[in-house]
This record gives sequence, C-alpha cells and structure tokens, in this order.
Amino acid sequence: MTIANPIHLPGQSRMGARVLIGVAIVLSILFIAAPLVFIFVRAFARGWEVYLANILHPMTLHAIWLTTITALIVVPLNVGFGIAAAWAVAKHRFPGRGLLVTMIEIPYSISPIIAGICYLLLYGRQGLLGPWLQANDLQVMFALPGIVLVTMFVTAPFVAREVLPLMQAQGTEQEQAAVTLGANGWQIFRRVTLPNIRWALLYGAVLCTARAVGEFGGVSVVSGNIRGQTNTLPLHVELLFNDLNAVGAFAAASTLTLIAILALFLKAALEGRR
Amino acid sequence: MAISISGLRKRFGQTDVLRGLELEITKGELVALLGPSGSGKTTLLKIIAGLEWPDTGRLEVDGENWLELAAQDRRIGFVFQHYALFPHMSVRDNLAFGLTVRPRAQRPGKAVIAAKVQELLHFLQITHLADRFPGQLSGGQRQRVALGRALAIEPKLLLLDEPFGALDAAIRRDLRRWLRGVHEATGSTTIFVTHDQEEAFELADRVVVMGEGRIEQIGHADTIHDHPASPFVARFMGATVELPVTLQAGRPEAAGLDLQALARRALPDGPATLFVRPEDIRPVPDSAAPWRIESRMSNGAHLRLVLRHATGAEAEADIPRRAVQAEALAPGASVRLRVEAGAIFPAERQGTAATTVSQPILKLESSK
Repeated sequence: MTIANPIHLPGQSRMGARVLIGVAIVLSILFIAAPLVFIFVRAFARGWEVYLANILHPMTLHAIWLTTITALIVVPLNVGFGIAAAWAVAKHRFPGRGLLVTMIEIPYSISPIIAGICYLLLYGRQGLLGPWLQANDLQVMFALPGIVLVTMFVTAPFVAREVLPLMQAQGTEQEQAAVTLGANGWQIFRRVTLPNIRWALLYGAVLCTARAVGEFGGVSVVSGNIRGQTNTLPLHVELLFNDLNAVGAFAAASTLTLIAILALFLKAALEGRR
Repeated sequence: MAISISGLRKRFGQTDVLRGLELEITKGELVALLGPSGSGKTTLLKIIAGLEWPDTGRLEVDGENWLELAAQDRRIGFVFQHYALFPHMSVRDNLAFGLTVRPRAQRPGKAVIAAKVQELLHFLQITHLADRFPGQLSGGQRQRVALGRALAIEPKLLLLDEPFGALDAAIRRDLRRWLRGVHEATGSTTIFVTHDQEEAFELADRVVVMGEGRIEQIGHADTIHDHPASPFVARFMGATVELPVTLQAGRPEAAGLDLQALARRALPDGPATLFVRPEDIRPVPDSAAPWRIESRMSNGAHLRLVLRHATGAEAEADIPRRAVQAEALAPGASVRLRVEAGAIFPAERQGTAATTVSQPILKLESSK
C-alpha cells in the first residue's frame, strides 16, 4: 500500500481524497495490522520462557513438522502440475483445452470443506474406494495421504494461474527458433521455456506454499485431528484454543503468522521481477 | 542445397492454405516468396523448415526426403519476423545456442564455440553488443543477432520470414543491402518471405509470386513487372485500374481510350479486361470523350486524378505535377485516356488464375 504520487485535484475534492485515504488507513489498522500485533502480544503475554515452552511442546513441534512435510510434498507436485498444465494449454491445441482451463480453476471456487467431504466420500471407510483401500491395507483418510491430497486440491491452481498468462503471452516462436537450431525437447524446456517463466513460477510457488501451510477447512475434514499424528499447525491452533490454552494457541499461531509474513515479503520482492 | 517441391497441399480446418505447389530452387539461389497476407507464403517457408507439415506432397532437398526429417535434423537457419531471440541470454549466448545444444559427441569445445561466436560478431559488425541482452537492442540490431544465431550452425539453407517487416524504412534498406552481402559471402541457398515488392525485387535472384495458396508466377523483376501471368499478379503489381475492352484481331478497343501504344497479341476476339497502373494512364483533353476528371490531389511530385466514365466506371491516373499538360487537367474537364502500357486478360478467364498462367500476355512498349 503506497500513497505516493498524490493526484492534484481541485480544492474541495482534495479534502475528499484525504478523508478517503484516512478511512483506508484506519480500516487497515483495525482489520489487518491490529490482529497481527495482537497475536504476538498474546503469544508473549507470559514472557519468553512460556512462549518457547509452548513452541517446543512435543505436540506443537509435531504439528509444525506435519505441516512442513505436507508443504514439502504438495508444493513441488503442484509446481510440476502447474508447469505441465500451463505448457499444455499455452503451447498446444487439442480437444478439451477449454475444459482443462476451467478444471484448473475449480479449486478457487469450491469451498475447501466441500473438497474434504468429497475426498472422504471417495476414500473413506464407507467411501467408494474404501473397501478396496482397506483390503490392500492402505490408510488414506485420517492420515498423511489424505491431508496431502486435500491440500494439493486446494492449492492446485496457484502455480498454473501464474505461469499460464505469461506462457500465452510469449507464444511459441522462441521454442520454434530453438527447434530449428537443433535443440531437443528437454533442452528447449530447460534452456528456453523454464528461464522465461522462472519468476512467475517462484511467485506461484510462494503463494502455493502460503496457502498449503495455512489450509484449515478441507484438512479438518480428512485429518481426524489426532494429536501428535494428524494434527497440522492450523488445526493445532484451534485445538489449543478450545482447550482454553490461549497462550499456547497464540504461540502456535505466531509461527503461522511469521510464515505468512515471510511469504508476503517474498511475493512483494518477486512481483517486480515477474 | 537444391530444393524440389511438388504437389504440396495444406489445409487448416476449412481453409486451403496451399493448393498444390510446384517449385524448384537451385543451389546458392536467393529466392523471394512474395504475396499478400494469406497467400500461404509463410506456411510454405515453415514447411521447408519443418515447423509445419503438409497434408500431401513432396519436399526433397539434394535428393533427400525432408518430410521424414525432424526440424532439429534439417540444419536450417530460420529467422523470425519478430526475431524470437532468447531474452534471458546475452547476445553472445544467443549466438552460441545452436552450437551448445548439439549432442555431446558433435559438440565443439568451449574455446571453439567462443571463437566461432567472436568471428560471427565481427562478421555481423556487432562486436560492441556482445554482452548486451536482447531487451537492450534496437530492432535492426536484434535482427542482426537473429540472423547471426541462425548462421552460427552453418546452415545449409537459410529461411527468413518477413525479416525486415517490423523495421522502419531506412534501416530496412540498410539491412537489405547487408543481407545481400551476407548471402554472397556464405553462398548458402536463401529463401525469404515478404509482402513488399520493392524488397523482393531488389534483393532476390528470382521472385515467386503467391496468391491464395498457389504460385501465380515465378520470374525476375522485369518479367513480373511487365508481363504479369495472371490478373492476380497484375493487380498485386500495382495495375489497379481495370478497364473493360473489346479485342478485335488482337487489338483492344474501347470508347474514350487511346490504345495505340499497346502491341498486338494473339488473343481471341471478344470482351477482355485491360489492367493498367495509374502512372501508365495519360489523360488528354478531348471535349467529345466520355471520361471526366472528378477530382485531383497532389502529393508534391505527382498529381492523382480520379476519372469517371459516363457509365459510372472509375479510373485513376498519376501524372507528374510539373508536366506541361497538367494545367489543362482541372476537375470537370473531359478527357480521353491514352494507355502507355497494360496487361490484357480475356474477360471470362478472370478469377481463375491458375489456368491463365501459360496464356500469352499483351504488353507494353512505352512510346516515351
């Protein structure tokens, strides 16, 4: 939010502009900055030692570890998916192309809870694939695979939507030039296509990470909230809060907040280069 | 590289882009594919490059069937209208690209590649740009780099798609002369696509005129200019005035036209169309004639007269502004039109261009 370059308007509306800017600042502080500060104030309410003890509590550490593992699996997979989908749509013509573009955007418009329930109905004990999964001793729901699947679904569009417009704008001439110069498919991808989208790709990956780490709704349906086993960080915050352990909840929340702020700074830094 | 093309056809959906092409190009030739947009010239070039594939037809290069060869293996140099340089690589790396992607066994050593790039930079007169990125270059400089990148792999065949289309006129003339020099220095067979007649005729040994997916005429500048093979070529070459005439014993006749300057040709009697360039029409004041001057505009050197026939037909004439008779040619004056040169095609042949290719053509003999 920058308020550089004030527009010079005739006297009366300049007053109006000041009022609008003032309202925007007050609202931003009230709704965005204050809650952020409040998280840290509450987290440190009983001092450093208690904060550290809360963070280092085995259950919290496990939640941090689970969330990290989920992100480490989901983000690379979605980066791969995003590149492949954007590449297919931007550089090729095939039947069903329009449908694929729509499919990529579905997770944006579906509530994560609905996604979670769909996965439950499909992979759960009573679900469509449930008997088969049980017969083969595969635990998807209430375990890491379920958490990963739902998180992947929710964050699927982030990389593809960042990369696709760029690829479409660049067209295929550079790739054609590389072909005529004798490059094979992999060389073209690695040396021409990929460098052209690298900033958009990184930007998409940052957004994807932030979303994957913070995902709550969908994961809450499929994880089962088993402490020390399937409790991700956002779920852990809720559990602590329900236990009336406010300091613990805010301490856990502060780690999530730090990740979010870091992602925002990365995003801002990348935006210029994209 | 001698290229032999026959029966080449290509459809995009419902559109026939190439409708059966026959073309022979000899080794070391510099050939222009000239035509309006939509004539199929770029598609033909991309098929030769291996970036498009025909539906049917043959493409042989030095006796080898190139339709079985992937673009990577054809070893051609292709230059795009919008350069298609790699924006994240320096000029030096752009030039080296084709050499660095060779399979390990054929790839020259780092020092050899660096030396080759240096030699190219020197040859292209862009040594001072070696470490810049494409975004820091002007259009003309980018086109030189694009050409250099194509030349780096020592292509057997050089293909250029509207190479100067995106540049302004002065740079275009410079680069044209420079490309001719490059062609003479490398001796590689070169084909370029253009919609600019001046560019095609000034640069090419031979010009292939294309229209609506067919080759309309192949020849040298003078031949195509003076003896268009079809109404299409006549119009494309600037004969925009079409006058209905009647042929009698090989002589065209029409009320209000003075066609003495046109030679007699062996065409059947009957209705025909005379195609004339505006600068080959000389209006002569004649109060009894059916043409009237409707308007007159000057562009400095020339006057453009719009002429209207009593029947409503329109014609245009360009005359030098300083010509003696210019003053008498004011709007409203009645004139007869003296035609200095033109091409005649039988009226019923018009529009079926392919069948008229081998027809005899009436032409020319400028009396002045």
